[in-house]
Amino acid sequence: MARIEFSSLAHSYADAPAADQDYALKRLDHCWDDGGAYALLGPSGCGKTTLLNITSGLLAPSEGRVLFDGRDVTRLQPQERNIAQVFQFPVIYDTMTVYENLAFPLRNRKAPAEHIRKRVQAVAEMLELSQLLPRRARHLGAHEKQLISMGRGLVREDVSAVLFDEPLTVIDPHMKWVLRRKLREIHAEFGHTLIYVTHDQTEALTFADQVVVMDDGRVLQTGSPQDLFERPKHTFVGYFIGSPGMNVLPCRIDGERALLGDAVLPVPAVLVHRAAQRSGALELGIRPELIDITPGTGPGSLPASLERVDDMGNYQLLQVRIGDHRLAVTAPEQFAGRPGDPLHLQFQEAAALLYRDGQLVE
Amino acid sequence: MERTRNERAWLLVLPVMIVVAFSAIIPLMTVVNYSVQDILDPYTRFFVGTEWFRDILRDDSLHAALGRQLVFSFTVLLIQIPLGIAIALCMPTRGIWVAITLVALALPLLVPWNVVGTIWQLFARQDIGLLGVTINAMGIDYNYTGSRMGAWLTVVAMDVWHWTSLVVLLCYSGLRAIPDAYYQAARIDGASRWAVFRHVQLPRLTGVLTIAVLLRFMDSFMIYAEPFVLTGGGPGSSTTFLSQYLATMAIGQFDVGRAAAFSLIYFLIILALSWVFYTIITRSQKG
Repeated sequence: MARIEFSSLAHSYADAPAADQDYALKRLDHCWDDGGAYALLGPSGCGKTTLLNITSGLLAPSEGRVLFDGRDVTRLQPQERNIAQVFQFPVIYDTMTVYENLAFPLRNRKAPAEHIRKRVQAVAEMLELSQLLPRRARHLGAHEKQLISMGRGLVREDVSAVLFDEPLTVIDPHMKWVLRRKLREIHAEFGHTLIYVTHDQTEALTFADQVVVMDDGRVLQTGSPQDLFERPKHTFVGYFIGSPGMNVLPCRIDGERALLGDAVLPVPAVLVHRAAQRSGALELGIRPELIDITPGTGPGSLPASLERVDDMGNYQLLQVRIGDHRLAVTAPEQFAGRPGDPLHLQFQEAAALLYRDGQLVE
Repeated sequence: MERTRNERAWLLVLPVMIVVAFSAIIPLMTVVNYSVQDILDPYTRFFVGTEWFRDILRDDSLHAALGRQLVFSFTVLLIQIPLGIAIALCMPTRGIWVAITLVALALPLLVPWNVVGTIWQLFARQDIGLLGVTINAMGIDYNYTGSRMGAWLTVVAMDVWHWTSLVVLLCYSGLRAIPDAYYQAARIDGASRWAVFRHVQLPRLTGVLTIAVLLRFMDSFMIYAEPFVLTGGGPGSSTTFLSQYLATMAIGQFDVGRAAAFSLIYFLIILALSWVFYTIITRSQKG
């Protein structure tokens, strides 16, 4: 168990990185607190696996330091860091039985036989692998093999952290829920630091206490699922999280007011004032779920027209137009509008967020 | 499912059947035909039934040649397979040296068999050969034309020089096909170098090693040109292997019927032993 800290860390796969885009991981400072359940979320190629491999020591960063409880481990091998990692595709040792697979990390570290037996049985119990222990591992299905890979990650009690690199990619959808819940239980029971890499927001939000959102080699925001949903610090976070994602529309400032087309946006004057002091593109961010459809014109309501309606089963997804801008709005199932109908939209309290150059104005 | 019967399909198979007939079936049947006859000259022949086969199975000098052949094949397998794996494990995985080592390793494979024999015949000579002179200069009495031991060692060394590269190249390709995640997982699990070899690399090499063992066994079992050029089968008959025995019989003595019967037995031995190897290896994989 350890607190894992990155200090001005950066990594490039190029030999002589010069420009910013040569870096797979841009300079960052970050900290994994001891015992946390983290998800590292981002699109493919955003650098999350790079960050994970630097954490485990499979990769030495080109710049910066990695600290475990304040101890510099930047140049240490994974064996010396005492860390566990589970990979995207199941890695099992074909020649061994399930028992031997699970015992392998402990045997390599010369643990006493009695301890190995206890730990393997405990982990097998936890992952419901007990019946399979004497079987040869190579003949099992993908999902059982991945369970064994996870088991090898969890078999050592004293690891600094257990890292998961999209471990459920090969697992059937209905098993994903089961395994994720299992991981939650394991976390609650043993309190390991768990870091879980994924590009699937549902996976990240259901697994983690804290979600770290990455894009293009940068950490954009770290927060609880609720934070990420309600107050995305970056337009990318707003767009990436949520289904559909946050509406991001260009807007402008006129004196004390923020305008979308000709419509005045319900944003506090103090935020407009702060936004006016910074430079860069000004954008409005509003979640489709936080927009209400009101019967008539009232204070703060925006006139719009309905363009398209999709029935999503338990709600309806509308595409509406305000001036030249299109935005997505969710409506209750009983909503009965047709394309072409005029509408009035009302943004919920504090739902409209202003972004300058992609960054939230607070 | 209803099957369509269309006899014209045979027309499409016909070209392959003709090629196979001329390349394999007809020559083989000719040999079968010879093997049951005593052929004195192109116009005089008698049917002798299984006499040649009985004769050959009782032939002591042939038993000796078969024994030598088996010892030779197993010796080169025991040297070339471990050596090939070891070299493949030491080879670079990236950079300019990959191409250089691959070309260097492929070179012996490109040298024709009897040229290899000639090279080693000169190389190992005790009067002018670099190897022969060097060994004798170290005070070791080495003479491949005079001593059985010397001849054997030279033939084995020559085969190792010529063919280990094949095993190396096969193993190298097998090693490159192992996904990185296996090595990464092994590092995370704290596996030693030996454990990585034993539990990650070797199990994933069994496919290419099956091919390597079969190819090397079949080839070494049929070895002819190299020892023929190097030692001519001597001293005495100490390096006379089956092919050379056969060639002497068929061409040297023009004993065509006997040679044909022997060819068939030779072919069946290779087939049987290859099958045994294949079965053992694939069984152990399934185990």
